[in-house]
Amino acid sequence: MANKKRFLYVNRKAPHGTIYALESLEVVLIGAAFEQDVSLAFIDDGVFQLMAGQDTAAAGVKNFSRTYKALGDYEVRKFYVERESLEERGLTVEDLMPITYEDENEDYARSPRSCP
Amino acid sequence: MSTLHTVNKSPFERNALQSCVGHLMAGDAVLMIEDGVLGARNGSSAAAAVKAALENSSVYALSSDLAARGIKPEQLIEGVQAVDYGGFVDLVTQHARTVA
Repeated sequence: MANKKRFLYVNRKAPHGTIYALESLEVVLIGAAFEQDVSLAFIDDGVFQLMAGQDTAAAGVKNFSRTYKALGDYEVRKFYVERESLEERGLTVEDLMPITYEDENEDYARSPRSCP
Repeated sequence: MSTLHTVNKSPFERNALQSCVGHLMAGDAVLMIEDGVLGARNGSSAAAAVKAALENSSVYALSSDLAARGIKPEQLIEGVQAVDYGGFVDLVTQHARTVA
């Protein structure tokens, strides 16, 4: 695509309680569909979007947390999580879901934990 | 004449929990629901407010909202009790008033 722009989506809201996180994810997918250069930042309560083991069955809301794991298939592979936001919430990267993707060219999986 | 206080906002984003704790009477109960349950997890900056509430009140968190957010029972602040929807109803009936 001739007009490839770089987008950084800043996710600041916790999932499920409000619609912001899901709506953001929808917009990310749209950007990815247009083959834009997409990065995701998770700050403040946005870090809760990546919590491992989310089970929404009893709450009766859509569990879209699995979608983050599929973003690699849409070339969305740059995830940034603010360390200070994790610490304030008593979280570490170990509390977050592992997000890996297959690199078709080099055939290796990479986790966002290894990103700078 | 005790009161059940429900808190449905994240303590990291709004002051709903802090305000609630500041207005508790002995024997009141706090029930964290929706994004409010984010304050129930141990080790966060909101733990001090929850522990202050536990001194003279009971603190509960809705289990379905905890599960949706990936917070496990063993990660709750000590003294915080997880309740299901039936427990929510019980709390409402056990207190004279419910303040949202």
